[in-house]
Amino acid sequence: MSRPAPPREARPAREAGPAQEVAPRLGRALVAGLALVWALPFWWMLVAAFRHPDAGPAASLLPPLAPTLANFAEAWASADFPLYFLNTVLLCGGILAVQLVTASLAGYAFARLDFPGRSLVFGLFLVQLMLVPAVLLVPNLKTVAALGLYDTLPGVMAPYWATAFGTFLMRQAFREVPRDLEDAALIDGAGVWRLIRHVYLPLTKPALVAFSIVSVTSHWNEFLWPLIVINSPGRRPLTLGLASFTLSAEGTQGWGVIAAGTFLVSLPLLTAFLVFQRRFVNSFLASGIK
Amino acid sequence: MHRSPRRCRLSHALEQIPPDRALPGQALPDRAGAARRGGPARALLPLGLLAPSLVFLALFTYWPVAEVLWDAAHAVTRRGSRFVGLENVSALLADDAFRRALLNNGLYAAGTVVPSLVLALGIALALDGAGPVKALLRAVFFLPVLIPLVAAAALFLFLFLPGIGLIDYHLAKLGLPGANWLGDPDLALGAITVLTVWKNAGYYMLFFLAGLQAIPGETREAALLDGAGPLQRLRHVTLPALRPTFAFVGVIALLNAVTQVDHVVVLTRGGPSDATKLLLFYIYEQAVERYDAGRAAAATVVTLGLLSALTAVSLRRAECSSEDPR
Repeated sequence: MSRPAPPREARPAREAGPAQEVAPRLGRALVAGLALVWALPFWWMLVAAFRHPDAGPAASLLPPLAPTLANFAEAWASADFPLYFLNTVLLCGGILAVQLVTASLAGYAFARLDFPGRSLVFGLFLVQLMLVPAVLLVPNLKTVAALGLYDTLPGVMAPYWATAFGTFLMRQAFREVPRDLEDAALIDGAGVWRLIRHVYLPLTKPALVAFSIVSVTSHWNEFLWPLIVINSPGRRPLTLGLASFTLSAEGTQGWGVIAAGTFLVSLPLLTAFLVFQRRFVNSFLASGIK
Repeated sequence: MHRSPRRCRLSHALEQIPPDRALPGQALPDRAGAARRGGPARALLPLGLLAPSLVFLALFTYWPVAEVLWDAAHAVTRRGSRFVGLENVSALLADDAFRRALLNNGLYAAGTVVPSLVLALGIALALDGAGPVKALLRAVFFLPVLIPLVAAAALFLFLFLPGIGLIDYHLAKLGLPGANWLGDPDLALGAITVLTVWKNAGYYMLFFLAGLQAIPGETREAALLDGAGPLQRLRHVTLPALRPTFAFVGVIALLNAVTQVDHVVVLTRGGPSDATKLLLFYIYEQAVERYDAGRAAAATVVTLGLLSALTAVSLRRAECSSEDPR
């Protein structure tokens, strides 16, 4: 085991060498310990959510002997989670649907058309990466109110309907499409929209999926902007519902109920991640350009 | 007709046909090709494609910047508005709560960015490569990225709870004293920082993992053959190769430190005694709770100035690192 690797042969050196060194092994042990710390809040959430409220201290990390759904029932009864869920789905869907249209049209223009001021306009798009709507909440709230969209879901959606990140991603993807295909389609008599829809988009599915995952994740988790725009309890998305639910359950020391509610809200994206791990990871890497 | 350099690269039959007589009867379908050639009516095509995006950008990105600049330079009274120049900004800078927010945000940025990056790099170094255990551990570190910041705040509300909370309860079992983590002005910002590091380190880990994979195997093998130990390899091979990743992830982390305050809204509302007041929370408070539009606008202008400075630095760094030979 501890025999040194033959010094002049690359392969064994690469496989056996690092494995027996002390520092990397120590590092791996530390990181494994760190992973336990990282998992602790989730572990507590699961334990507390499935434990009966009267069964021992709330901070116990021991799995309950008799798991119960009582906390979920109470969470379900005290907040309208199905409605919040529907609002969040509408919000994410409404944002993504428009974004896909605006980003693929603009992405095509930047990828395939020559026009004066192209790089200037592209730079103007990229400004949006820095000016996230949350920072511009004061003037954007005025605009939303002036458009009659205060306290509506479209009011939450509208600032996101143009997307610099999506445009950038689609431009990169469209550039990879062979131009011969486009010219063939043009001869067949396709208009630009049909060209994008039937030639470009089918060939750039990975970019579409990557953008969709990033868009849905970020808007599923968004809080501050909807908090400002939405006033009616019936129009709250999940994050707003969870926040008000948490603050009211905190008053009654309902920690198991809070854990159950948090679990319910986090479950859809966590499940999606566990099923499509690789796609999620690749999409988030693509999102790094923002 | 003007020939763009890109068009020269095309080797298609269409190229041979003079544009004016190209495919009679198919003028409409050939719009894209014609626009590339700069036909007068078709020059509007790019505008048409960009218009949907530009409308929303104008409404929610450019106009608000103009509006916030105007608001910051005017005082609104019942009798209308009046130009006051830098008065709002100087009043803002004289506000102790704002100065505190500026200081807090600086501390919070340093406290989140540095540990997050160091941890993310360490985790990536340890978990790079194949194997089910490594994949599982990577997933553990990535899970906090996927839950809403509000959900993370809901969990940490109990973690930080004095007395019976997760941390205090187990500290007491070990015979250690607990603390009022979110209620003590000396500890609250640190508690918020811990939550942020927990939430974001896994996201930054992804970029370091990708950066590690981009290091050619031969470089590593050469270092191994030269008898370089693990720390030497880290210092002379791995870290130099990851320099662009560092610059890039650092900027994302800095932007996050300014633009994400959901946990502050849920956990502390800026308190106790302004200890966790961050810039964006200050803006939110002025606008939504105190209805002071001028003050909120001035604070937004200052924050935007900081953000632009950060982005300018990041762009310069990105340019330099893209010239890096790696």
